[in-house]
Amino acid sequence: MRGENRLGWDGRAMMGAALLAGAVGVALFAPVVAPLDPVLQRDVVATRFLPPGTTDAFGAFHLLGTDRLGRDVWSRLAYGARVSLGVGALAVLLSVIIGVIVGTVSALARGPIGTALVAATDFALAVPRVVLLLLLAALWSPSITLVVLVLGFTGWMTVARLVYAEARALMGRPFLEAALALGASRRRLLTRHLVPNVATPVIVAAALGVGNAILLEAGLSFLGMGVQPPAPSWGNMIAAGRDALVNAPWVAIAPGAALVLVVVACTLLGDALQDRIARR
Amino acid sequence: MLRQLVLRALAGIAVVWGVVTLVFLLLHAAPGDPAALLLGPNATPAQIAAQRDELGLDRPLAAQYAAWIARFARGDWGTSIVTGRPARAMLAEAWPATARLVAVSLSLSYLLGLALGMLQAARPGSRSDTLLSIVSVTLFALPGYWLGLMLVMLFTYELRLLPAFGAAGLDAEFLSPRGRAIDSVRHLILPAATLTLIGLGGIARFVRGAMADVAGSLFLTVARAKGLSSRTVLVRHALRNALVPVLALLGLSLPALFSGAVFVEAIFAWPGVGRILVDAVVARDYPVVLAATGVSATLVVVGGLMADALSAWADPRMRHAG
Repeated sequence: MRGENRLGWDGRAMMGAALLAGAVGVALFAPVVAPLDPVLQRDVVATRFLPPGTTDAFGAFHLLGTDRLGRDVWSRLAYGARVSLGVGALAVLLSVIIGVIVGTVSALARGPIGTALVAATDFALAVPRVVLLLLLAALWSPSITLVVLVLGFTGWMTVARLVYAEARALMGRPFLEAALALGASRRRLLTRHLVPNVATPVIVAAALGVGNAILLEAGLSFLGMGVQPPAPSWGNMIAAGRDALVNAPWVAIAPGAALVLVVVACTLLGDALQDRIARR
Repeated sequence: MLRQLVLRALAGIAVVWGVVTLVFLLLHAAPGDPAALLLGPNATPAQIAAQRDELGLDRPLAAQYAAWIARFARGDWGTSIVTGRPARAMLAEAWPATARLVAVSLSLSYLLGLALGMLQAARPGSRSDTLLSIVSVTLFALPGYWLGLMLVMLFTYELRLLPAFGAAGLDAEFLSPRGRAIDSVRHLILPAATLTLIGLGGIARFVRGAMADVAGSLFLTVARAKGLSSRTVLVRHALRNALVPVLALLGLSLPALFSGAVFVEAIFAWPGVGRILVDAVVARDYPVVLAATGVSATLVVVGGLMADALSAWADPRMRHAG
């Protein structure tokens, strides 16, 4: 393949990794890279809607300008990255755990349990996820924990299907028959032989899933069902910028652009990994 | 073929039934009294008692469930807490708008996605392939609610070209039939463009992958050896075969498309099921939330059946199987 280095990583993967590392770095070191408090409001009238690159009357420099309440957009973006990346990663971790369990059990279990799990997966795939998310957000009061749980419990199906297909394909392979013939227990079969072999496609699905989860979290927060203001999240920042599109477009542009960059990074990494598996 | 479609239709009914069941379970698992939830904060104790009686909340769960399913099947979805209108009437007005938006966006994103993917597959690894890959990955990553706002900023506020809200102008009633048609197309452009663009990237990526999968096939070598032009090989042989997984994707992508439509309708105040759902969720208007959930599931299932029929048309192997 073109443009590869010794590790077999192509340009896309490097780019994705660099973007993602940048975003994680900003999230982890938010207090360092963004010294202003993300919820700090001083003189609202004097500091609101300052364009990017201005210094306000208090001597604070606003790299990405300020919003309606005079809060620093860059600081909110940096602290919002914690929410977006954290929720995305935790939700996908939860989906992967559920997906791997459902997938392996439905592949190993013969009879009604296996059939029921496959049917449940198909059912969950056919339900529009956002509709379910909105229903849950309406019935319980919105919080970050709820968003993580709901995204996790509505996102496991792709992983379950992948694991199921891989596990079924592996079942007939000689090394598994050998393990069975040697008297390996079901648990050992599962943990030492099946799960390690399905790990790579699951990682690919997870990389793509993180992007999707981040978009959905921001979408829920955008609609007011996720992270509640004044705590910053990229979704509620876009919602806040919605009323100021004409006189202060930077308020909505900055968090949206950040979302696109992070999701592109996840997609590039996922694609590159997938190609590596395909070539093996 | 017919047998398969019937089986799929039964599976579709099972999905809608599953969604209605899930809604029932969630309503009972949620904190608070379902009767009070369904009637809203202004209900009198007498009304709540009557609703409790109607839902049969003092009866065993199984009996309540049977009553719930019967109510739903009859189309008795309760009265909106906010508007006081039957939820059923609100959704009857809304679903055609959603179906129109989704159908237009779906057709456009498939046409453009196929074209983009084909262009890339014609010369894999070329500079144009790389460039189009960047375009499709970026489109794939765009959040619909943000893209919608950006399009409004550009086409409504900056260029003053297109309306940003609703499905018809305030003066639509007074326009000539032709003027009304133009007005409704102008209102459709921005929401449909948003939904098309966010779907396009994923389809282009998938088409490119499907074309790459058939690229090394023997039947293509044979076609080339017969002396067919590279265009004929690409369109008549490669595309025809790559189309099978692409059409299979159609049915699978419908839930995601409806999810996208929820956000897009909320942004553009498009009078469809998605906007009703969002408004109802914000106002805690439970009867409408439940009805909109059921209607969304039904629309997805019907769309999926249509996609299945289309796949069967494209792939003779499916037509003759089973």
